[in-house]
Amino acid sequence: MITFLTYLINGLNIGSVYAVIALGYTMVYGVAKMLNFAHGDVIMVGAFLAYCVCAYLGLHPIIAVLGAVIGCTILGILIERLAYKPLRQATSLAVLITAIGMSYFLQNMAQLIWGSDTKSFPSIIQGDAIVLFKTVQDGVTKTLTLSPINILTMASCFIIMIALTLFINKTKMGKAMRCVSEDKGAAELMGINVNLTISVTFAIGSALAAVAGILLCASNYAPLSPTTGSLPGIKAFTAAVFGGIGSIPGAMLGGILLGLIENLGKAYVSSELADAFVFGILIVVLLVKPTGLLGKKIHEKV
Amino acid sequence: MASKKFKSNTIMVPVPSTSIVPERDAGKLPVLETSHLGIEFGGLKAVDDVNLAVGPTEICGLIGPNGAGKTTVFNLLTKVYQPTHGTILLNGKDTAGMTTEQANRMGIARTFQNIRLFNNMTVEENVTIGLHNQIRYNMFSGIFRLPGYWMGEKKQHQKALDLLSIFDMTHLANAKAGSLPYGAQRRLEIVRALATHPSLLLLDEPAAGMNPHETEELMENIIKIRDQFQIAVLLIEHDMNLVMGICEGICVLNYGRVIAKGTPDEIQSNPAVIEAYLGKQKEAK
Amino acid sequence: MNQKHKMTITHLFTHALEICESFLRQPRIMAEKIYQKHKMTITHLFTYALVICAYFACQSMIKAEKMTLSLEGQLVPICAYIVLAVSLNLTVGISGELSLGHAGFMYVGAITGVIASMWMRYAFTEESAFFLFFENMNIDFALVRMLISLIVAGVFAGIVGFIIGIPVLRLRGDYLAIVTLAFGEIIRNIMTCLYVAVNKKTGALNFTFNNSDIPSKDFKLFIKGPTGITGNSPKIATFVIGIGLVLFTLLIVQNLINSRTGRAIKACRDNRIAAESMGLNVTKYKMIAFVTSACLAGMAGALYAANFSSVVPSKFSIDTSILILVFVVLGGLGNILGSVISATVLTLLPELLREFDDYRMLVYVVVLILTMLITNSPIVKSLIGAIKEGAKKLFARKNTENGANS
Repeated sequence: MITFLTYLINGLNIGSVYAVIALGYTMVYGVAKMLNFAHGDVIMVGAFLAYCVCAYLGLHPIIAVLGAVIGCTILGILIERLAYKPLRQATSLAVLITAIGMSYFLQNMAQLIWGSDTKSFPSIIQGDAIVLFKTVQDGVTKTLTLSPINILTMASCFIIMIALTLFINKTKMGKAMRCVSEDKGAAELMGINVNLTISVTFAIGSALAAVAGILLCASNYAPLSPTTGSLPGIKAFTAAVFGGIGSIPGAMLGGILLGLIENLGKAYVSSELADAFVFGILIVVLLVKPTGLLGKKIHEKV
Repeated sequence: MASKKFKSNTIMVPVPSTSIVPERDAGKLPVLETSHLGIEFGGLKAVDDVNLAVGPTEICGLIGPNGAGKTTVFNLLTKVYQPTHGTILLNGKDTAGMTTEQANRMGIARTFQNIRLFNNMTVEENVTIGLHNQIRYNMFSGIFRLPGYWMGEKKQHQKALDLLSIFDMTHLANAKAGSLPYGAQRRLEIVRALATHPSLLLLDEPAAGMNPHETEELMENIIKIRDQFQIAVLLIEHDMNLVMGICEGICVLNYGRVIAKGTPDEIQSNPAVIEAYLGKQKEAK
Repeated sequence: MNQKHKMTITHLFTHALEICESFLRQPRIMAEKIYQKHKMTITHLFTYALVICAYFACQSMIKAEKMTLSLEGQLVPICAYIVLAVSLNLTVGISGELSLGHAGFMYVGAITGVIASMWMRYAFTEESAFFLFFENMNIDFALVRMLISLIVAGVFAGIVGFIIGIPVLRLRGDYLAIVTLAFGEIIRNIMTCLYVAVNKKTGALNFTFNNSDIPSKDFKLFIKGPTGITGNSPKIATFVIGIGLVLFTLLIVQNLINSRTGRAIKACRDNRIAAESMGLNVTKYKMIAFVTSACLAGMAGALYAANFSSVVPSKFSIDTSILILVFVVLGGLGNILGSVISATVLTLLPELLREFDDYRMLVYVVVLILTMLITNSPIVKSLIGAIKEGAKKLFARKNTENGANS
């Protein structure tokens, strides 16, 4: 039972990280209608920036987080302006290829700057793990603990989702985003600055990516290296599709479910086949509900 | 009517499904017969209780104000949507549960309101797609260029040019379909539909965007097609000159229901139709 | 020479030019007509010719010892990548479905191909009738093994493609892309758990998901789970076989897209609903494209694996799928010749950039991004449009002049 709960907590933890990444994917997809493949690598850049502030400059982790967030926001806007904006009218495949190119560009830049060896990420939060539960069974003491980083991850994920939902639904910019995601042309005719809206979306997405990168590396799920972001990026993307791409609660739900499935699959099915298991579930969900769990159905007009 | 009449006045006779067909088709099996046809979209009855019959060589019009459900009827007939009520009989056979593709093989071909050509393919290729199930050879003779391929291609080419000549479009055979002018695209859609060797041709606003001269030509051509191929035509059109000029039977739809059926003259003097189009006379005053 | 003479000479000269041109005009118009009519056939023949020329060029370079060793080692992989790019073009360009799992089929092909060739190596000793049959016909047994392993790989990859295609082709657009990606990863994940050994004496194969299950005696372990394919030596893939496979692929794909089936596939891509109304079974044609593509990718995988003594599973990851997609997009969607060229150039590019070493991948991606930006930017597009328009006008004017003369 305790083992199960431990896996559950781990699953929730990694799931929260996936959810934060998936939020970035889903927002960009919703507004700009493009798969931002470079998102996973923005995560990596965020983690590296935080690492630099902590390890090289020796500053407080909070400053590191802030630095990473600001750095990634600027990076996100730059990527959007330089690489994606000129392709607004191009086919979705052209944009996809550019995004893939951007992803490799970031990876290679990171490799040039920081080298390809893995770095150990400094712990950003100190404190003892909270013991939730303790049993002695057959002479073996089993404890269920909740480490500070677990709490931080889940809490920040929760806060981010609520803040984002409020932002989308209550602010003027949020309304503009919803408009642009429905119909770019019509939004422009209504006086909405589409370019600005898309830039803001990228900025928010990248800021989230920075947070996700720090959480990912701080939870010791992945060692810090130039390729850190690729696999979590792809998994978070499947999480976004899983929950219904373009939907914020969907990304959240998808991310957390994916994390749970992955961890429980690893524990109870096969540790080697965990990825296959995750993708298998994704396929089953998409076949039953082709637009994802919370996705909207689009009718083609004849 | 300013336009000249293309047909002699036809007498319409009733058929079992409470609909009517021209007298010359009286004893024959109607090519299309629907009874109580309807579809609901989440509680909204887009089409409700439509009884329609089209004789084997009839040109039948389906008219009605915008949003009356005309195109939805077409989508039901071609199985783009599956009807939630009623039955569709094509040449006497029930089409329940069929796909669009199977409906086409049963002999129903259509054009679209918003043109749906294969834009990146040439005009000739568009027509050969229509001929796909008429002139066949298997995939392997295609890949390895066996005699079947050469014979099939030659036949397809010849037949495609024959069909294109109906609308005088043979010289455009190598042009990209997407680059054609609007009117030519509409005509090409009709040719493509004809290539599938239908017994019933559905035309969804064939004259939309055409000038009066082109419309006149189109009317002649629709009649020519009917006579040459001996097929039935069911058309949706807002251009009343065309509808009144060539249709033998007309069915008027409003709010998804049939409000009138009859010959052009009957329809023109039908108070329910006038009301549907112009509103109640009292209000008009 | 007075003014009058000058005039006469000019006159005669222009007349002579006109006569020359009128002689030339007819053939030119004819040529133009023939080109318009057989545009596709001409492009196809040009593609075959290009590949064959490239083959002879490479062979003469090898003979003259002008080719570096690393480049020579790239020849077979380039062939494999061309096949992969052309086959993916069938799915993405012709059938219009974005597939991100092409490397998965490649992996299936690589594994099954290697299994087939290893089995044949040990199952048919030099005294066996099968071996002697080819020996007597003076055919190298390695070639036979390679060809059979290609066929086996193609068949298995095709079967996997069919099984995957059933669910995948029910989806559309981005969802289809993500599911193909997922399948690619699933295939790789399952394959990295697979261990295969062959009995050195009898050729009996032993499949297992657990390393310890394999008896060590007499058995040679050649597919080692996460380590991938190992000990696959001697190499049986040659450049000739590679070029042969490329030509075979071109034959299949080019002839397919220019036949009744291919037109149907393109129609389903251009307008699904219209295609259905024309009586086409859309799923069937999408499936034909998907399975053919998977089949060829499997063959490419077998070729690729047979060229190396060991291949790690990461060679078949999502990165490879994306790399192939990049070849296809840069070569032009639906453009087979473009795929061939871009696969060759983009495989050679990192090789040629070896001097920069640290920077070569960076240069590669920058080239990639810039190509996308340049080819898609409205300014460049309008420029190209203007040039085309200008050329057309020039051509049209010439034609009308000719018309006036005649």
